Amino acid sequence: MSKDQDSAKVFTRRAFVIGGIQGTLLAVMGGRLAWLQVAEGRKYTTLAEKNRINIKMLAPSRGEIVDRYGTALAENSQNFRVLVIPEQTKDIETTLENLQKLIELDEKDIKRTIEGIKKVAKFIPIEIKDDLSWEDVARIEVNLPDLPGLSIDVGERRNYPYTDSAAHLIGYVGAVGESEIGEDRLMSLPGFKIGKTAIEKKYDDVLRGQAGSSRVEVNVIGREVRELGRGPAADGKRLVLSVDAGLQKTVQDRLSLEQSASCVVMDVHTGAIYALASVPAFDPNVFAKGIPADVWESLLANPGFPLTNKAVAGQYPPGSTFKMVTAMAGLEAGVITPNTRVFCPGHYEFGNGRFHCWKKSGHGTMNVVSALAESCDVFFYKLSTEMGIDAIAAMGKRLGIGNKLGFDLPEERPGLMPNKEWKRGYHGKSWHPGETVNASIGQGYTLATPLQLAVMASRLVNGGKEVYPWLVEQDHTGAHRMEKQWPSMNFNPDHLALVKQGTDNVVNGPTGTARGAQIKQPGLQMGGKTGTAQVKRITMAQRNAGVRNEDLPWKFRHHALFVGYAPIDNPRYVCSVVVEHGVSGSGSAAPLARDILLETQRRNPASKQMVSAENFDKLAPVHTVPFLKGKI
Amino acid sequence: MGEIRIEKNDSLYAKLSRLNLGLILLITLIASVGVACLYSAAGGDFSPWASRHIMRFAIGFALMIVVALIDVHWWFKLTWPIYFVGLGLLIVVEIMGHIGMGAQRWIDLGIIKLQPSELMKVAVVMALARYFHFATPEDMRHLKFLIVPVFIVFAPVGLVLLQPDLGTSLMIVFAGAAMFFMAGAPVWMFLTGIGGVAVSIPLAWQFLHEYQKKRVMTFLDPESDPLGAGYHIMQSKIALGSGGFSGKGFLQGTQSHLNFLPEKQTDFIFTLWAEEWGLLGGLFLLALFAMVFFYGLYISMRARHNYGRYLTLGLSVNFSLYVFINIAMVMGLIPVVGAPLPLISYGGTAMLSAMIGFGLMMSCSIFREGKVRRIF
Repeated sequence: MSKDQDSAKVFTRRAFVIGGIQGTLLAVMGGRLAWLQVAEGRKYTTLAEKNRINIKMLAPSRGEIVDRYGTALAENSQNFRVLVIPEQTKDIETTLENLQKLIELDEKDIKRTIEGIKKVAKFIPIEIKDDLSWEDVARIEVNLPDLPGLSIDVGERRNYPYTDSAAHLIGYVGAVGESEIGEDRLMSLPGFKIGKTAIEKKYDDVLRGQAGSSRVEVNVIGREVRELGRGPAADGKRLVLSVDAGLQKTVQDRLSLEQSASCVVMDVHTGAIYALASVPAFDPNVFAKGIPADVWESLLANPGFPLTNKAVAGQYPPGSTFKMVTAMAGLEAGVITPNTRVFCPGHYEFGNGRFHCWKKSGHGTMNVVSALAESCDVFFYKLSTEMGIDAIAAMGKRLGIGNKLGFDLPEERPGLMPNKEWKRGYHGKSWHPGETVNASIGQGYTLATPLQLAVMASRLVNGGKEVYPWLVEQDHTGAHRMEKQWPSMNFNPDHLALVKQGTDNVVNGPTGTARGAQIKQPGLQMGGKTGTAQVKRITMAQRNAGVRNEDLPWKFRHHALFVGYAPIDNPRYVCSVVVEHGVSGSGSAAPLARDILLETQRRNPASKQMVSAENFDKLAPVHTVPFLKGKI
Repeated sequence: MGEIRIEKNDSLYAKLSRLNLGLILLITLIASVGVACLYSAAGGDFSPWASRHIMRFAIGFALMIVVALIDVHWWFKLTWPIYFVGLGLLIVVEIMGHIGMGAQRWIDLGIIKLQPSELMKVAVVMALARYFHFATPEDMRHLKFLIVPVFIVFAPVGLVLLQPDLGTSLMIVFAGAAMFFMAGAPVWMFLTGIGGVAVSIPLAWQFLHEYQKKRVMTFLDPESDPLGAGYHIMQSKIALGSGGFSGKGFLQGTQSHLNFLPEKQTDFIFTLWAEEWGLLGGLFLLALFAMVFFYGLYISMRARHNYGRYLTLGLSVNFSLYVFINIAMVMGLIPVVGAPLPLISYGGTAMLSAMIGFGLMMSCSIFREGKVRRIF
């Protein structure tokens, strides 16, 4: 019995130890639970919410781009897609086969769909085909009961109704490139497109809008259980351009008669651009869908550079159009007066070189007005040697050549207005006086874009106001450009009148270089200045042999330029035209400018009020004018 | 040698009246928590788990009462047969596992899938209690006397390890160690044992294959496997922590209902409970368990014979091991071990073995009175 009591005693002691251990462990559990749930509760609550809630982005609609009357230049059209949710089909291959009986599906579509399904969870919809026609949609809808797992979804696609007519102006949208992924989380949205060129690019931030979000509860495999709330997307803003879409199309069509040309139509007082065209162009709708490789390659191979907007990015020697600058510089510097006379024997001796006038036989005695009208080189040669390059360059820059103009198209290029300092810095050589002679007639280093030529002419015929060109009425800061008062450049009005008289005579004078391109209709007459820019230097042998420029291969022919304005009495519109390898300004560029200025005045966009983004919906029916057909 | 002999037969009513109503109430409460959890785990549905849990509890409850009403001396007599049948079943699963290509831990009896290893935990406690019943404090100090009980423990442990089921093997070892301790084995033996294990681990490590080492490493450090066990523990901690003081509310546990919580109806059921009921619910459940442990201690202290003492406390320790290992695991205190929470997790055999255990404890309680004569 005592033995039993002994072991009972031992047991009691040890049982208490065991009980103690159990109690301690329970206390540890309780403590741990309290630690997790109370002390660290907030941290874990956050983690649980993160687990459970997915933020799904809602894409905003991209803002429309419309012309001054509200006509759409870029809009969003519905894109019907047929999707499949793999888990809802019995057998994906059979489903696709059945679908194939209804709509056209090639092997590629089927292969892509089946591969897409393998990559993601079974409840995620996979696109089978997009860009379905109404008929396809209707056929699928009717048969949906027999096509388990299929559904039709409406997305948005950027559509450019003016196709290639406004391609260079509007640009296009495309998939986000890796280097473009920035702060905006929209960029990571699959299939999201951003502006790649022109207005679409420059105003992408305005057009893009802001992502909305939908808070959805998801389970561990990411399946949505329910929506908890949503913040709607803010759609992109509508952008109103100064352009007249009808005029734009007319200009583009008219230019298309040439192999490679560009044109700018601008309001001399406001700086509004009414048309800006470059030929050849491309169809931006193809880019928005995703361009096929062969189309892309043919665009790259085209010698007319269809992907370049030559109206803002084409840099050409301005040729004789630059004589407006040289004349103005001479007058303002006091080097010449209205009475200054120069005899043109057909050439000009300077240093130990001889500079030819375009007219071999010479012009005879010239003053500034007749020198402009007949484009006498010798008059400007002499003027430039007396004035020096820096005075000419300063005037060129004042008139807008050689610097970017802060234009609304990111493709804009600066051109070049050389002076002594530039040559030292760039070439490390000092300026050669003979180069001044060349520069006086817009040859040599000088380069200008058609946009800059339009600005140059505008500033000369608008009374000397420092106008800048624009496309978007309300800029990024919200300021209205129509209301902008451009500052005066303080030119002597008499000098402006002389230059204007000279350019008037170019077209309307009896000996003017562009008299063949006169506008006869009273009140619509134009003035302007021709220009012919050498692409390849004329050799002495060619000059002596009398080789005609138009007989050379196309790529060696001169560029043809014309800068015109109308109406002559109270200029409102400026039109600059460059026809690449068009041989002569008077021959090919001036008639183009004439047709365009005539059509511009007929439509007279400056007299009509522009719609604004705010009162857009209250707009009266769109102003329409039949398109101009062919040459006038 | 001796035996326990009953001197007087009680009426059924008398026996029933001596049932531990408090313990029965506690067990029922805990099982009810289990029903609530399983109802919630199914998204507010009795099917598929909660209804079967109720059914199993009912069967287990009946079994518990039957076991409790059988005089403890019968259990004393049946100890060895039970132990060897259990061992035999373990061998059967082992062979079936080989035939069936792959690890198999259960025998399909139609109604339930019987896991012999679960029943073996009870059998080992019974066997040790029976062996130590005759031990004097003097015997316990002799190593030679302790060789047999060591075999009683390690024969099933070896078989369970072959399955392979490290968790269950360790639980049998711990329960066995507790029985050695309560029977009076000298403390130095435990210290030596712990020291021996500590020394032998690095030695054994060298004999392991590379893939075995890797498996052990993932077992010891689940964070090294972020998408596997480590992920589960992280999600479990998130669920617990986000429950806060008062919980997210019944059926409102986001972690469990959105399936972030793995195995929510079995091993991680405590997490589900504490996510929905918070610290209050968690502590309530821990308190219920604490009272059960206390009951075990109480019954064992009042037992008048060693078999009853050892058996009762052994079973109580066994039960508490389940609780501790499961809860510590879901709280990230120990590595992931597949261990259910008794009476709450969905699972037939675990319920069965727990209820048999309680039946045995109550049998000891009912028949504890001095009507047992000991013959040595």
